[in-house]
Amino acid sequence: MRNFTSLLFAGGLGFFLLVLAADLPVGAAPMVAGEGILGQGPEAVGAANLVTAVVLAYRGIDTLGELSILFAAAAGVGLILSGMRRRADQRPDPEGGFILLAAADLLFPLLVIVGLYIVLHGHLTPGGGFQGGVILAAAFFLPLLGRPGDSLNHAVVNWVEGLAGGAFVLIGLWALAVKGDFLAPMLGKGALGSLFSAGTLPLLYIAVGLKVGAEIAGLMSTLQETEAAEP
Amino acid sequence: MYWITVLVVAIMILSALAVLLLPNLLAAVAASSVVSLALSVVFVIIRAPDVAMTEAAVGAGLSGVILVLALRRLGLWGLGDDNHPRPGDSLQGSGDDA
Repeated sequence: MRNFTSLLFAGGLGFFLLVLAADLPVGAAPMVAGEGILGQGPEAVGAANLVTAVVLAYRGIDTLGELSILFAAAAGVGLILSGMRRRADQRPDPEGGFILLAAADLLFPLLVIVGLYIVLHGHLTPGGGFQGGVILAAAFFLPLLGRPGDSLNHAVVNWVEGLAGGAFVLIGLWALAVKGDFLAPMLGKGALGSLFSAGTLPLLYIAVGLKVGAEIAGLMSTLQETEAAEP
Repeated sequence: MYWITVLVVAIMILSALAVLLLPNLLAAVAASSVVSLALSVVFVIIRAPDVAMTEAAVGAGLSGVILVLALRRLGLWGLGDDNHPRPGDSLQGSGDDA
């Protein structure tokens, strides 16, 4: 009976999705706001990567909402797992093999450079704070995979996370005070396509990158420090 | 380009089926990462490189790591599984200290 209900539900969901997909003009979306942003975005914001212009300038408050969601999720995981820390008498997992240890040492600087590059060039090339932040988090988590006994310094991680989140809100409030719009781009536009362009957007993306990186590195480290369940 | 898309989508569907059918949970997590990796290729084909980078970093990398850590936490997978002794285990150990 339960299987039949599940089948019915899956079939109904598939039917509705197919009905929606049949009406969807694939490849020729009815863009209303999009046309306007595509036309005036580069001049109005000064970001060569239009996605960044939308994410941080036109829809900056949505990005703040995303950061809040991520913060709430990470805080929830930390709260649940805080009582499950590995006890002192439990030995951590053994060190990884030679290949994992050597790869972690080799990849760490490369991943940090790639992550910072993607964060800093978010307004010029595809990518930005979220993608670069995840790569930074991976860079700091990789050594922990090889040496499970080690741990991230959670105090530093929390400070970086808090300061980056605060910086994002402060830049938004600064724009509110000067220009009258929360998170309005400031500091002039600069030459389109140069590293120092698009005003405060790169600063906002640096804040996003540091916050996402610290948050996810802390989350994965917390998950790794919890002891494995008794089999 | 059409046939590349068909190939990538076929890889996605096959890996998604593998997630459901594989008995080894670690292999199922790896297959779910393959779904995300192929999806990021689809995003590149439809010219959405920003979304492709997010999908590759979050979908293929991060969620796989978090799922494996969750498997470990739930005791469904450990380093000593598959009858291979862990490097730290003594040879006579029963291996039940995971």
